[in-house]
Amino acid sequence: MSLVIAEDVSKTYRSGEVKVEALKDLNFEIEPASFVSLVGPSGCGKTTLLNLVGCLDKPTRGKLVVSGEAVSALKRKEAAAFRGSVLGFIFQAFNLFPVLTAYENIEYPLVMIKNESKSKRKDMILNILEAVEMLEQKDKFPDQLSGGQKQRVAVARALVTQPKLVLADEPTANLDHNTALNVIRLMRRMRDDFGTTFLFSTHDPRIMHEAEVIHTLEDGRLIHMEQISDRGNTND
Amino acid sequence: MINTFKIALRNLKRYTRRTLLTSLLIIVGVVMVILFSGLSGSFKGMMIGQITDSNLAQMQIHKRGYVSSIDTMPLNLNLNQKGYKKIEKIIMQQPEVAAYAPRIKLGAMLSNFTETTNIRINAVDPEREVKVCPAIGDRILVKDKVKIFIKTGEVIIPEKLAKGMKIKEGNTVVIVANNREGSVNGLNFIVAGIIEDVLGPQGKEGYMHIDDARALLRMKEHEVTEVAIRLKNFDKLDTVFAYLKFDLAQHKNPKGEPAFEIHTWEKLSPFNNIAKMIDLMTVSMKTIMIAIVLISILNVMIMSVYERIREIGTMSAIGTGPGKIMALFLAEGFSLGVIGTLLGNVIGLGGIYLLNIYKIRFSFGRMDDLILSPVINFSELYWVSAIVLLVSVFASLQPAYKASKMEPVDALRHV
Repeated sequence: MSLVIAEDVSKTYRSGEVKVEALKDLNFEIEPASFVSLVGPSGCGKTTLLNLVGCLDKPTRGKLVVSGEAVSALKRKEAAAFRGSVLGFIFQAFNLFPVLTAYENIEYPLVMIKNESKSKRKDMILNILEAVEMLEQKDKFPDQLSGGQKQRVAVARALVTQPKLVLADEPTANLDHNTALNVIRLMRRMRDDFGTTFLFSTHDPRIMHEAEVIHTLEDGRLIHMEQISDRGNTND
Repeated sequence: MINTFKIALRNLKRYTRRTLLTSLLIIVGVVMVILFSGLSGSFKGMMIGQITDSNLAQMQIHKRGYVSSIDTMPLNLNLNQKGYKKIEKIIMQQPEVAAYAPRIKLGAMLSNFTETTNIRINAVDPEREVKVCPAIGDRILVKDKVKIFIKTGEVIIPEKLAKGMKIKEGNTVVIVANNREGSVNGLNFIVAGIIEDVLGPQGKEGYMHIDDARALLRMKEHEVTEVAIRLKNFDKLDTVFAYLKFDLAQHKNPKGEPAFEIHTWEKLSPFNNIAKMIDLMTVSMKTIMIAIVLISILNVMIMSVYERIREIGTMSAIGTGPGKIMALFLAEGFSLGVIGTLLGNVIGLGGIYLLNIYKIRFSFGRMDDLILSPVINFSELYWVSAIVLLVSVFASLQPAYKASKMEPVDALRHV
């Protein structure tokens, strides 16, 4: 069964008298453990779509099912709980908590959302830090880390709760090309290791081709879907 | 919960300057209240002590209607011997009463053989009077302050009268008084001392022995104007007063009204109004402190929420519930209150300690060289701290609520 199913999903914003149709009748499915990119020019609706799939916003029309849950019907509190248990987020600007160390940033969702015991938390965090190769930097605060290191910590934070789906909005936009490629390959490796589905947006052609499935958006419509089936596991 | 406070404290540390400034404001408010409460409380306590220990006593019992005519010192409202015995019986049943003493109050004429003037006299049993007013000796000038401050045949003259009539210790004076039937009698007395005035209408009275007053007024039986009472513990004044009032009310006069009336010092001394003003000023100081805490924390929390909109969006996006986001900001405001309260208490207590080392001397009315020894009790610290912490949480409520209600999608978009 598909992890994400969108049926005739539309999103319209109102700005006074003006209506802006950000997404128009989208239909698509995302399979579990797939590595999917959303591409398209600025303003084509990539972030809006990620927000809908991430239960941060609700579609104006249509049906959106994530992990078997009709997310458009979720109330505010239910949506927060759903995000905490099923989804992981990676942001363009990393969005790490500046007052917490790398270790504590990764610990945050385990403490504040999952209520995991301290000993279990420690094992989970050290494992994920090792996986993203940030074990040595675990006690550093975000302002002591480089952009690539910050995004590695953000990837670890998104994955530590073992979500089914990780959403990443332009995760490499603030990074130089090599670092960006490393981060994307790290995400793929995490997908390989943990079986987590990744859906990320980008407009960098070299990054988008790291994906196995590429959805192209234009003016709020899904105009093209490309399946790259012969890509094997990637080592960076 | 611990992690919530850990994050809250880290956020406070993140904005060090702002946290210090806000804490400083709270500290100033708390210190002001502690010092003012300490100073005003000790001033009030000292003045009440002066009034009750050297003149009024803590409570007085009279025949019904006496206090409303107290200025004229009516002898026809004296308690007869039977009434006094009834009062004695009631008082002796109260274990909290440390001492009681009978008094006769009278108005008389004082003559030094060249001039004559009016004098108000408090006739006392000296041995019992010093037990209800142990500081009375402190008011007596010239004469050695001994336990039995007056003997029969002696009189103590109020300072102003003595000065006006040039009366000195050892002089002989004549005191003439009318008794309740209107007959006049006069007796010679030796001036045993001069007494300082204290605040209130009963604070300008001269003293004589109660036996002399009975002789002067030609009393057929041992009448008493009032019974002064001192308690073992002043803090139990209201409780003991209520018990005594109830017991006394059981005795009725022929009209079926209570035969006796009892008053605490508060009803008998004008200083009570000053004490109420002091209490009002203390409340005002606390209100100012509450305003300082409220405005400073509200301001800092509103700024904190506004500056961290994206962070709030991130918290919400990754699944933090609205309740936990609210708790995080409440913890921040509460922590600010805790820091301010703790430091404010420490500095305030330090200030009280210093004021006790470098003593404050002052004059009040005709009382000179009074020394303030400020003290603050634990319950006062407890209440000040509780108020600050409650106000801190209250001030954080609106910003915290606003943070918890933010839509993550809007918050993440915030630049």
